[in-house]
Amino acid sequence: MNARKQRRLAFAAALVAVGAIVAGVIIYGLGENTMYFRSPTDVAGNMVHPGVAFRLGGLVEKGSLHHGEGAEVRFRVTDGRSTVPADFNGVLPALFREGQGVIATGSMNGSGTFVATEVLAKHDEKYMPPEVVQALKKSGRWQEGSQ
Amino acid sequence: MTGELGQLALCFALALSLVMSVAGLFGIKEDRVAARGVAVSSAFGLFVFVALAFGALTYGFIVSDFSILDVASNSNTLKPLVYKISGVWGNHEGSMLLWVLVLSIYAALVAGLQRGGARLTSAALGVQGLLAAAFLLFILFTSNPFLRLDPAPFEGAGLNPLLQDPGLAMHPPMLYAGYVGLSASFSYAAAALLVGEPAQTNAWARAARPFMLVAWMALTCGIALGSWWAYYVLGWGGFWGWDPVENASLMPWLVATALLHSALATEKSGAFRTWSLLLAIAGFSLSLIGTFLVRSGLTSSVHAFASDPTRGFFILVLIALAIGGALALFAWRAPTLQGGTAFQPVSRETTLLLNNVFLVAACACVFVGTLYPMVLDATNGTKISVGPPYYMLTFAPIFFALLLLVPFGPQLNWRRGDLKAAWQSLYPALGLAAIAAVVVLAVVTPRSLAGAGAFAVAGWLIGASILDIRKRRGARASAFAAALAHAGLGITLMGVTGTTVWRSEALTVVAPGQTMTVGPYTLRFDGVTRVKGPNYIADRGRFVIMDGGKATTVMQPEHRLYLAQGQDITDTAIHTTGFRDLYLALGDDRDGGRFAVRAYVSPLAPLIWLGALVMALGGALSLWGRLRLSEPETKPATPAVALAAE
Repeated sequence: MNARKQRRLAFAAALVAVGAIVAGVIIYGLGENTMYFRSPTDVAGNMVHPGVAFRLGGLVEKGSLHHGEGAEVRFRVTDGRSTVPADFNGVLPALFREGQGVIATGSMNGSGTFVATEVLAKHDEKYMPPEVVQALKKSGRWQEGSQ
Repeated sequence: MTGELGQLALCFALALSLVMSVAGLFGIKEDRVAARGVAVSSAFGLFVFVALAFGALTYGFIVSDFSILDVASNSNTLKPLVYKISGVWGNHEGSMLLWVLVLSIYAALVAGLQRGGARLTSAALGVQGLLAAAFLLFILFTSNPFLRLDPAPFEGAGLNPLLQDPGLAMHPPMLYAGYVGLSASFSYAAAALLVGEPAQTNAWARAARPFMLVAWMALTCGIALGSWWAYYVLGWGGFWGWDPVENASLMPWLVATALLHSALATEKSGAFRTWSLLLAIAGFSLSLIGTFLVRSGLTSSVHAFASDPTRGFFILVLIALAIGGALALFAWRAPTLQGGTAFQPVSRETTLLLNNVFLVAACACVFVGTLYPMVLDATNGTKISVGPPYYMLTFAPIFFALLLLVPFGPQLNWRRGDLKAAWQSLYPALGLAAIAAVVVLAVVTPRSLAGAGAFAVAGWLIGASILDIRKRRGARASAFAAALAHAGLGITLMGVTGTTVWRSEALTVVAPGQTMTVGPYTLRFDGVTRVKGPNYIADRGRFVIMDGGKATTVMQPEHRLYLAQGQDITDTAIHTTGFRDLYLALGDDRDGGRFAVRAYVSPLAPLIWLGALVMALGGALSLWGRLRLSEPETKPATPAVALAAE
């Protein structure tokens, strides 16, 4: 019985150790790899540092979309109060439209332009990313049913 | 008329599920034979009435009965018939009805097969009845698919075009067969605790095994289908994005895989008794949580049909009751179970233990990564997202370590194994691993150490599976199940490595007549024509693969506009050799007939899904052996022979 208890204790200790290691890995992983969601107003308020990746959400400003020679595009993201210029080298999702919601992943460069690495597609015409809705509400530009 | 019929059938089903749960739980006591009979018949009745309701809704979709709100808001006369039918589960109400249909199918199977004896079956039916009742209440009060719309509109709104796809038509039924299949092992585990006799604590594992296998196979196929769909529809060339919705299906799969392994030990030697019970509870709990995540609208994706707070709240309460109830039962009854048989540190049991430790740890990483952003948002409104790098840092190394250990399991005997002998018999697999690494380093450009390492592991897995198959030559087919499933892991690993390490990508704007190159391919762009589909119009690009100035293959990626919703969809074109995919997505229209084009060459991409299929085949072999062998004791399997020889 004693040997059995001893083995159980060793087993429990091993389990705790494994659990601690996994928890450590998770916490470390989260610390290094979470991305914040920011609205253009957040960006204007210096809440982001250049080079730090984050997700920018808002509306694509009407008339702001310009194509370059190759696949690069340039547009502006707005929440009605502030506007952030964005560069993207890639193919825009099919549902990307001026005047509609967008979420892009990337970071600010030194000159105040957002360099997007990924522009997220919405799945549906009526759909507005909840983060964007909240950003618009915060800036007071959201009207219920205006979509 | 059919709408009311369906509604009525649902009400009957609810009544039957309540009868089934009461009678089933009452029938646990030895002498209550009549109650058990009632539970069994109500399980069949439940299935019949839910099937009737489901049939009524399907009929409504087929004949486009727009007086049913659910049909009007999710279907359209222009849709092809297949998508009218798949539209039944392409919306919240219908998909919940499908969920209950699958639940009732499993209940009927539990009742019909009577595995594990009358009392265990009865208790399992009781629990299954409670689950069915909860979900039927949910449907009737918050998500009734038969609500009427007056006046009926002339035309329906149509199905989200992204869902109008053969792969996705099959994805939800598959995934649900998996999610809900775990309810059967959950019910059996709860039943074992309720019956509470030591003999039953191993019997449940054997009784629930076919259900675990079916659930696991269906989950494997369902996840593979979902990832295949994401690959060829979403147009970003990836196969897995660590999206909360994908994670929601991965977590039950990880736990189901752990359960398959630990229940094997419980069944064979009585080891991990309480642990297997806990895993069975956790597996279905994660299915429920997955459903909640996906359906509640907490995640923004194609799966979040409608975000209605009452629904989210209802499911949350349901989850709390199911998980809380099961865990309370576990805490109450599990201490009375006797400990399992002892095993040596070097034994099959130890490898299964390690398997479980790694799988559960991997699942914990996914769980935290998925829920942390939601918890943070709910508590202080901070919006963050956890991306692929997190999973590469946490999940990937844990899973990789697991893969390294996989070959040892089948080589070790139960209770006491010989590590040295196992290691020696694995030398050929080690040789294959080394050859794979060297060949990859020498031949494939660009040179990648990570790629070579991953191929070595794949070689190690596949080599060990071949050795295992050779060792068991002449045994019955189900003896090869594990080898096949493990080889499938190796195949998928090769596919994942090929596409992530050696993918080449081209992003260009081309004018008609121009050529572009991607990887080894040269493509000529012939321009775009406007074509008309059944319910969409499309810009269809024409690309020709040029081989030394000669045109070989035509590829036609499309950009579709679905009329009912006014929604744009990219329809990719994929040319596959079986070992390499050339992937084309037509981007936005630039002036002068020029188009942005995204092209990928993904080496070995098809292996990702082939591997999943091989894994599922392994499960099928094991299932076949199980069902053919009604009494598992009659002919001991190979490990048992080894055990007896000791």
